[in-house]
Amino acid sequence: MRFQVLVRLKGGVLDVQGKAIETGLKDKKFNALKNIRVGRVIELDVDGVSATEARAQVEEVCKLLLANPVIEQYEIKEAQ
Amino acid sequence: MRVAVVVFPGTNCDQDVLHVFGTLLNAEAFPVWHRDTDLKNADLVVLPGGFSYGDYLRTGALAKLSPVMQVVKDFAGRGGRVLGICNGFQILCESGLLPGALLENVGQRFLSRFVHIKAEKSVGFFTSGMQPGRVITCPIAHFQGNYYADPETLAALEANGQVVFRYCDPAGNVAAGDRTSNVNGSCNAIAGICNKAGNVVGLMPHPERAVEALTGFVGGDTGLEPFLRSVAA
Repeated sequence: MRFQVLVRLKGGVLDVQGKAIETGLKDKKFNALKNIRVGRVIELDVDGVSATEARAQVEEVCKLLLANPVIEQYEIKEAQ
Repeated sequence: MRVAVVVFPGTNCDQDVLHVFGTLLNAEAFPVWHRDTDLKNADLVVLPGGFSYGDYLRTGALAKLSPVMQVVKDFAGRGGRVLGICNGFQILCESGLLPGALLENVGQRFLSRFVHIKAEKSVGFFTSGMQPGRVITCPIAHFQGNYYADPETLAALEANGQVVFRYCDPAGNVAAGDRTSNVNGSCNAIAGICNKAGNVVGLMPHPERAVEALTGFVGGDTGLEPFLRSVAA
């Protein structure tokens, strides 16, 4: 099974990369673009275990390593 | 005093730390590879600065999975002294040994420069030789030094006396919103904290670079030598 994990900074956490992108775009014609937030996509395969177990393992890895719960939230999607 | 200096792939301040503890502070300092699980009867464990695992994923994130970190956690749990400098501080936060996280600097720049900090009255073991309120000049070199914790955690840190160092201006004034003194945008201008028990401490400035004439410090109490002497006491 292939999974896609989306990791984002939590709402209240300042995203300096997003801010920098916003500032860069302001010099062009994109003044309408606001609230740019930068996240991360991690894709992975889990083989040889049941679908439930596969998802449980991805969930565990998110908590252990892929996202830092102090500053980030994650979302797990099954990729097609 | 036996000092274990942990070396991860990408650590680059280990030799400086070994030199300062071994030569200047007369401790018995030795390296411990990150795959080792023996701290060799250390009294103090130092996680030095650098770019462990190339800063991949998040700074300090992959280092927390190294075998040595379970041993360091057990050591800290028994009250053992642990010091994390720069990337070492980031690793301590990622490992959960210290609260909060280090975000990218507000200005989106790697900052390699001198800053002013001052020590707080803290619960930590390393405060014996420190003078609270005294302004200290010291070097920083980091891209992710912007200390962040949620408001509840920050309040707890303040209430428990866990803030060890804050960035300040040359006169000692602390202003979290002032980018000329709080250069990386840290919450409450925090430059270093310790855990509630006071035996684990992390800071972004590099004390090992603030103790010798070679790097602009004439010795004595101008830089962070009093801090390191307390750590090694």
